[in-house]
Amino acid sequence: MKIIVCVKQVPSRDAILRINETGNWIQDRDIAYDTNEPDAYAVEEALQIKEKLGGEVVICSLGPERVQMVIKEALAKGADRAIHICDPALDNLDALGQARAMAEVISKEGFDLVFTGLQSDDYGFAQTGVILGELLGVPSATIAMAVEADEASKTVRVKRELEAGWFQWYKLPMPASISIQSGLNQPRYATLKGIMNAKKKEIRKVTLADLSLNAELLSSKQRIEKVYFPVKSKKTEIIDGSAKEAAAKLVNKLKQMRAL
Amino acid sequence: MSGILVFAEQREGKLNRVTYEAVVAGQRLSASLSQPLSVVLLGSGVDAIAQELATKKADNVYLVDNEHLKNYTPDGFSLAMRQAIEQLQPSYVLLSHTYLVRDFAPKLATSMGKSLIADCVGYKLDGSKLTLVRQIFQGKINADVSVHDSAPVLISFQAGAFRGDDIEAGSASVKSLAVTLSADQIRLEPQELFREAKQSVDLTQSKIIVSVGRGIKSQENIAVVEKLATALEADIGASRPICDSGWLPMDRQIGSSGQTVAPKLYLAVGISGAIQHVVGMKNASTIVAINKDANAPIFDIADFGIVGDLFELVPAIVDEVEKAKAEG
Repeated sequence: MKIIVCVKQVPSRDAILRINETGNWIQDRDIAYDTNEPDAYAVEEALQIKEKLGGEVVICSLGPERVQMVIKEALAKGADRAIHICDPALDNLDALGQARAMAEVISKEGFDLVFTGLQSDDYGFAQTGVILGELLGVPSATIAMAVEADEASKTVRVKRELEAGWFQWYKLPMPASISIQSGLNQPRYATLKGIMNAKKKEIRKVTLADLSLNAELLSSKQRIEKVYFPVKSKKTEIIDGSAKEAAAKLVNKLKQMRAL
Repeated sequence: MSGILVFAEQREGKLNRVTYEAVVAGQRLSASLSQPLSVVLLGSGVDAIAQELATKKADNVYLVDNEHLKNYTPDGFSLAMRQAIEQLQPSYVLLSHTYLVRDFAPKLATSMGKSLIADCVGYKLDGSKLTLVRQIFQGKINADVSVHDSAPVLISFQAGAFRGDDIEAGSASVKSLAVTLSADQIRLEPQELFREAKQSVDLTQSKIIVSVGRGIKSQENIAVVEKLATALEADIGASRPICDSGWLPMDRQIGSSGQTVAPKLYLAVGISGAIQHVVGMKNASTIVAINKDANAPIFDIADFGIVGDLFELVPAIVDEVEKAKAEG
């Protein structure tokens, strides 16, 4: 069983975001980064399948030098090796452009399953796994809450989350691309031994020169022109003061409104 | 190429009401751009839904009836939509960003060499130049996105981006649209829909809910908000990450994948207000948000907000509530 897990590095969820000078992205220096949350669940799911069925887990991550941090974390948890697609020309592409670069690498690598987290915290396209499926010519399923791979029949059963508490199982022939929902497992922590072992594991770097993507394929069809903090639609009364003062004011207001 | 084509979503023979939001977007864009509006419905034996859609203002409702579309699969829906688009040649295709659309629309777009502009919350029109508004960083920041794609442009809108109630009534003609699909093109085998074991906690009836999010940091700290819930005689709710981590049971989850609630008072403690949570609680009469990040989107929908450390604020509120109760 060979599983490729696509992992993205994103600003930490509690990072205080500021807008950059050109007004078209955040100030992305000097903020903390993390593994995109659903991607951490995707790594765990792949490791659990490997522990059951044997095989190999390969991490694939696209981004600047700093993404090595999330690659190493996945290797420390037990992934076997990694591919780092690193080229400034790819950093700000839309989901289709980035997926094209990843698909080329993944296609050469070969796989039984490709896992992605269902959505990234930064752009939030929620598309990469499905686009990869199409580009790789394999079936895809999204919002997976359970994955059961069967090597003998070359099929994988995926429990998909629908809306309002409904679920549905789908059976797909392998190879397949599956996007993983948060909460389907309990991601492990890296152990000290794992961290030591990870140092010996291969991280293969791929740049644009290694890919056969032409300029047309590398131009985003959707581009961010401007970013800004949303204008509030509701009038929010911000209560200030010390904790004690704010608490007293709030309780008073709620009493007046008969909300208490 | 001309015209706006709206994808109508049904599952198990029932129209997903969020479709009307996409139709509203379509009606407005159609009026502004002076282009015809069509709605396309995929399925098998869903004529009644097509008739229902035809009572709304649109030029045409296209019914794509095919046995391979009876049960939803991304393969079937993507192939059928592509054929519908090729026949109708619209300039824009609008969809609602539901779980079903997320499952097939990126595939559809990719198969046509296009980039789906997903999960938009609105649009701006300057003459005939369309700019889409998307949320990034989980709703903390908005982005204006320009389109550099040839027609048709594929756009999905977030639930709540438009109000379904704003839909204009009318009478559209229902036409059938044939597509060619074969069994071997459908690689996925869908099985029956089901729900997990019955939810034991019904938060839909709660008068007051104290809801806790990631800001609580650890399972041990849940006790902090439990004290507040006790003081307020409230029920405890949670955002998804809290239930994913097993800190509270799944039946406490509020949001798109959990319960939708509308209590008299909703206190969001350490919840940033990602859209997946907000859709489940925005109809509460009074919303109070406590968060250390002044830019957290939860403050956009709160009536009262306190920016600060919940570990100082929540115990202080408990004290004040107890005091108020003692005073009667």
